[in-house]
Amino acid sequence: MTDLLRTRVLGQSPRRVDGPAKVTGTARYAGDQHVVDPAYAHLVQAEAARGVVTGVDVSAARAVDGVLAVLTPDDAPRLASTEDAELAAFQSHDVAFRGQVVAAVIASTREVAREAAALVRVEIDRQPHDAHLGTDRDDLYAPEKVNTGAETDTSRGDVATALAHSPFTLDQTYTTAWYNNNPMEPHTTTALWLDGDLALYESTQGVHTTREAMAKVFGLDPERVHVIAPHVGGGFGSKGTPHVHTVIAAMAARAVPGTPVKLALTRQQMFSLVGYRTPTIQRVRLGCDAAGRLASLEVDAVSQTSRIKEFAEQTAVPARMMYAAPNRRTTHRLAALDVPVPSWMRAPGECPGMFGPEVAMDELANACGIDPVEFRVRNEPDVEPESGKPFSSRNLVACLREGARRFGWEHRDPTPRARVESGWFVGTGVAASTYPVNRTPGSAATIRCTGPRRYLVRIGAADLGTGTWTSLAQVAADALGVDFADVELRIGDTASPKASVAGGSSGITSWGSTVVAAAEAFREEFGDDPAEGDEAGAEMPGNDAGDTYAMHAFGAQFAEVRVHVDTGEVRVPRLLGVFAVGRVVNPRLARSQLVGGMTMGLSMALHEHSVPDERFGHVVNHDFAEYHIATNSDVPHVEAHWVEEHDPHTNPMGTKGIGEIGIVGTAAAIVNAAHHATGVRVRDLPVTLDHFL
Amino acid sequence: MPFDYRRAPDPEGAVAAATGWPGVAFLAGGTNLVDHMKLGLAAPDVLVDISRLPLDTVAELPDGGLRIGATVRNADLAAHPVVRRDYPVLARALLSGASGQIRNLATTGGNLLQRTRCVYFQDLTTPCNKREPGTGCSAIGGYTRHHAILGASAHCVATHPSDMAVAMAALDAQVAVLGPAGRRVVPLVELHRLPGEEPHRDTVLSPSDLITSVDLPPLPPGTRSQYRKVRDRASFAFALVSVAAVLRVEDGVVRDARIALGGVAHKPWRARRAEDVLLGSPADEEVFRRAIDAELAGAAPLEGNGFKVPLTRNLAVSALRELSREER
Ligand SMILES: Cc1cc2nc3c(=O)[nH]c(=O)nc-3n(C[C@H](O)[C@H](O)[C@H](O)COP(=O)(O)OP(=O)(O)OC[C@H]3O[C@@H](n4cnc5c(N)ncnc54)[C@H](O)[C@@H]3O)c2cc1C
Ligand code: SF4
Repeated sequence: MTDLLRTRVLGQSPRRVDGPAKVTGTARYAGDQHVVDPAYAHLVQAEAARGVVTGVDVSAARAVDGVLAVLTPDDAPRLASTEDAELAAFQSHDVAFRGQVVAAVIASTREVAREAAALVRVEIDRQPHDAHLGTDRDDLYAPEKVNTGAETDTSRGDVATALAHSPFTLDQTYTTAWYNNNPMEPHTTTALWLDGDLALYESTQGVHTTREAMAKVFGLDPERVHVIAPHVGGGFGSKGTPHVHTVIAAMAARAVPGTPVKLALTRQQMFSLVGYRTPTIQRVRLGCDAAGRLASLEVDAVSQTSRIKEFAEQTAVPARMMYAAPNRRTTHRLAALDVPVPSWMRAPGECPGMFGPEVAMDELANACGIDPVEFRVRNEPDVEPESGKPFSSRNLVACLREGARRFGWEHRDPTPRARVESGWFVGTGVAASTYPVNRTPGSAATIRCTGPRRYLVRIGAADLGTGTWTSLAQVAADALGVDFADVELRIGDTASPKASVAGGSSGITSWGSTVVAAAEAFREEFGDDPAEGDEAGAEMPGNDAGDTYAMHAFGAQFAEVRVHVDTGEVRVPRLLGVFAVGRVVNPRLARSQLVGGMTMGLSMALHEHSVPDERFGHVVNHDFAEYHIATNSDVPHVEAHWVEEHDPHTNPMGTKGIGEIGIVGTAAAIVNAAHHATGVRVRDLPVTLDHFL
Repeated sequence: MPFDYRRAPDPEGAVAAATGWPGVAFLAGGTNLVDHMKLGLAAPDVLVDISRLPLDTVAELPDGGLRIGATVRNADLAAHPVVRRDYPVLARALLSGASGQIRNLATTGGNLLQRTRCVYFQDLTTPCNKREPGTGCSAIGGYTRHHAILGASAHCVATHPSDMAVAMAALDAQVAVLGPAGRRVVPLVELHRLPGEEPHRDTVLSPSDLITSVDLPPLPPGTRSQYRKVRDRASFAFALVSVAAVLRVEDGVVRDARIALGGVAHKPWRARRAEDVLLGSPADEEVFRRAIDAELAGAAPLEGNGFKVPLTRNLAVSALRELSREER
């Protein structure tokens, strides 16, 4: 147990430090960085989902005025490591998915590069491909572990017998769609080699993780790779692990010695090159008694991975800790397909994995005639069900109750399809949210006194637009016991000490704990009146509380849904979420994270859907006119609140991480409300109008 | 691809500049054409910029109708007081299309001649008879949510994406065209083609034909009109199905009915069979239903877009119901 930091600046809402630069357009993103006379690279992608490149004709491309070089599998330099198959650009002639990069053109302008790229002729000896995801496959396999290192399968008790003896049972299959991370800023790299050192202006969630990956790929000492990312225009996981364009930008810069190279992906290219959320198929089986107490809980999750690199979405993991049930079982199976490499997308595991079970809970609550809020309360566990650990804090019930109160749940008539207002069926629904408190080891920070009441805090963390520039400075101010204005934070650069990736909502926990440790070291060494130049640092301390306690954030989301009687059009006039996320560092930023997450959840529920065409093996609606993301008119009213939560175990700040929990459970709340409105149970996302016709 | 850019002084000059160039394209707002050039879908060798031609006015005609210049911006047309007063179906159709920014650029002529949003048409890596005749139609057996249920062929099942054109089809608009051989008038409902065996031909125009204006005939007093569009999100999305309805009811009997459907065919679909049922019949729900069913008897949905049949039926009946209610 840690003593929580005394708060003066924590809990206040200083405005974003980076706000003025962003609204005035002076904040420099990876592609905006000034470099002298850059060249531009444009990628050429495979038009077959599986095969072997038998020839690349670059003569027409080379003939275009302004073309400087062309990289192909025939002549691109060898990389030091091809261990990460996704990053092994041009190292083999094999094509493993449609859209794989098979050539790159480097030219004096972006336009010439794009023009010439269209003239590269790639011959592929096509082989039959397989891009079909389904439970009907006989080659589904159990991965060794799933994402985050969790167990693939778990089992407690005897689910079959418990289900057979339950008076109320449910056995349904739910699906979530293929979703593509679509941050506003496309993935962009500016690469430059200087005396054998590689400098990258990169749009990334982790400058140090990019450094390490590039050092390995190019066989460099990590100290010789410099990664700079002061501002990132969103990532949502897709900038959390390095992707192939970064390698290619560096290769391209090497091909034109002395010239920096800029490479920005097009929106269409992002649909095959930067990861995505796999579609999931979730079979959920529940059994409960007449009082609504679960006796049995099973989730079998199937998702896809690419044939060249495994990514195992941990879809069934949240079911392991949400509700009490003596008999329980979870499994994960994968289909390895000729598809692009899936990866992290906002709340991997929890986001898709709380869809099926939270709709199932609603279905079973209805079957027993128990209010769905009450049904969840009745299944609160005393300890984390599978590990048996006590929770460091668990306030799901408080969120459900507070949400119900604010939403006006108590007057709800549970009868489905019973309310029509001006031609719209009206209904309300609820679902729970959860997200683990993650901490990623490996960060370090330094603090230096740069003048009277001036402190420079350095840590190679990232701000994806989430507010790190501001919130981490708040942590530093309280850790040092100084004013917010006294702290100058330096992040987004490998010149600052190593920091973990901005992912898993772990930023404040990991970087914040590190900064607090550095401040303690600084105070211990220099006291309250340091001299200019005094400097101390620390690495992230361990936290054994994790051995004792299960740590998770929770939430409850309530939705009002309207479905048009004639056309089936679906609208969500109101979303309300209440969260228990530990201490809130900056309410202004926190609200923006939670409302943003819920909005993305709404978008997932109603709109987002990457449509894969199995015949070709790619997502066919790969632009913003066809891949719909919620517009302002789709999101009239989203409210996020939180309950007071004191958790002395998570970290010295008492925080739990808020970046991802907002998207968890939203889609289930909307589906449940749509059922209440219409009596139609949608089990496959997105909830489009054709379900109701 | 490098291309030649010319700015025409007047409509005649534009046509002259375009004549004899097979690879010519008129550039109006550019919101469709420039996208297509970036995607590699269009590669004109000559661009004739018509955006500054003096065709940007809306004028009332002596017969009470309206003449809309080809370069009038969609936003301006939607806000025009006469359009709002006399042709609400058109104002609403325009406002339901695209986004504010795009409507500020998009023109009357360009909107009519925008091309299908079929995802396979827009993707150079997939076969498409419209883009490359003879390569096949990828939409058949693929992603068909935005595709046709009426009038399609085995060669192409694309839909025309315009909202404005659907309203104009219901209003019996007439399109004035200036071509190398002079002026002619094409009824709007005959401007766009059905795909048949030549899906690469969207319209009856040739590349050097310039649309100069669109005339709307006057509507008799007592006529009501409205546009209903259903799409997959609340704004900034193309129609899954839309209905433009123009209705005049006297003493409970339908005296004039003009219905056009969007999102269901390769062209704005004038529902003549439905109109035949409606004319002279009582304005009641049963008749509306029978009328639209008569039209939809010819529907041939694809795998994946069968929902459009009940959707079209419900939407059309609902639009007619509302119009006839307003009447009372
Ligand atoms: C994201 C997005 C969403 C959209 N959503 C909708 C929607 O919901 N509903 C809708 O209706 N539309 C929608 N649009 C399409 C938009 O309405 C059209 O792009 C626009 O109307 C085209 O007009 P323009 O003047 O820009 O045409 P341009 O792009 O300049 O031209 C289009 C075509 O017409 C030809 N052309 C233009 N003017 C003439 C003329 N006078 N004579 C002969 N040929 C001519 C050009 O040569 C070209 O072939 C959307 C577009 C985008 C990009
Ligand atoms: S529907 Fe028409 S436009 Fe679409 S792929 Fe088929 S031929 Fe091409």
